[in-house]
Amino acid sequence: MENVIPYKIQILSIIGSLLFMFFIFRLIVKGKLREEYSIIWIICTLFLLVFAFWRNGLDIIAKLLGVYYAPALIFLGAIFAIILFLVHLSVVNSKLQKQIKDLAQEHAILRSELENKNKG
Amino acid sequence: MEKTATNNIKALIIIPCYNEEGNIARVIDQLQGLSFQDVTFTILPVNDCSKDKTLSEIKKYSANFINLPINLGIGGAVQSGFKYAKKNNYDIAIQFDGDGQHPAESICDLITPIINNSAQVVIGSRFLNKEGFQSSSMRRFGINYFKYLIRSLLGITITDSTSGFRAINKQVIDLVCNYYPDTYPEPEALVLYQLNKMKIEEIPVIMKERESGTSSIGTFSSIYYMIKVTLGILFIYIRLKANGKRNTV
Repeated sequence: MENVIPYKIQILSIIGSLLFMFFIFRLIVKGKLREEYSIIWIICTLFLLVFAFWRNGLDIIAKLLGVYYAPALIFLGAIFAIILFLVHLSVVNSKLQKQIKDLAQEHAILRSELENKNKG
Repeated sequence: MEKTATNNIKALIIIPCYNEEGNIARVIDQLQGLSFQDVTFTILPVNDCSKDKTLSEIKKYSANFINLPINLGIGGAVQSGFKYAKKNNYDIAIQFDGDGQHPAESICDLITPIINNSAQVVIGSRFLNKEGFQSSSMRRFGINYFKYLIRSLLGITITDSTSGFRAINKQVIDLVCNYYPDTYPEPEALVLYQLNKMKIEEIPVIMKERESGTSSIGTFSSIYYMIKVTLGILFIYIRLKANGKRNTV
């Protein structure tokens, strides 16, 4: 009985990781996700898969780093990755905002020239 | 030599407007009668995607205008005017608020230092002679705070750093086309000018209270304004200082 629950969660996490990977690939194939952003997601799913198969991996790494409660390592890693990715998105967002501003200004100036030409 | 220097100067009056349907007609009307030496003035209202009838009001009174397809905020609106000035080879760009607070007749005083080459940036200050509308005490407190902040960073005293009544010459137009702050750009732009070694001069002007509509800065956002501008000033200072060092080394 004791071994049933860990196997269950292992199978579940493998299925979950594979589904996630499939989802990411589908987004890339459909052209809804640019390749440069997809790299980080593929790496994430690979991580998930590795730890889904390698059941003792988490414990071993936790011991190596001196973390007493192994699951805490998951949260630490995940939160760190999420924060990094959020900063990355803010940088992308700022760049987009500047590009949109430049485009809007250029567009408005050209339109005003065009309208003046049509009038004259 | 003196004559050619003042010959055929093209000046662009940029009027950023956001929801100014009640003011803009009067503002344009005041500016249309303007004449000074050999300066040719062009009035350029910039409609920053207003939600009211500002655009149709502008169309009625001004042949030249810029109509932004999306709302960019005061900084982006003014910058599109600067880009227009650069593209059409203007010698002077004047920033003039669309709310009717700025005195049209003072534009001549504003551009005189630029024509005489004694300054590259001229700011109309309501505190130099302490005449006219002096703003609320809260606003004055903020402006005083910026005065000390800018003095300690740059070593120059600007009595009215938030004034949007300004004139800049060709060199400065090139500068602000590359970078101009988005929100609440006035105090931050001073750091940009001073660290690029542009000569800044203030002249006394008499401002009026706005007659219609609301200001871009409400009472609730004044604390946010102070924090945002302080950060903006500090970051642009650090950035330009770092860039300057990298370029000289």
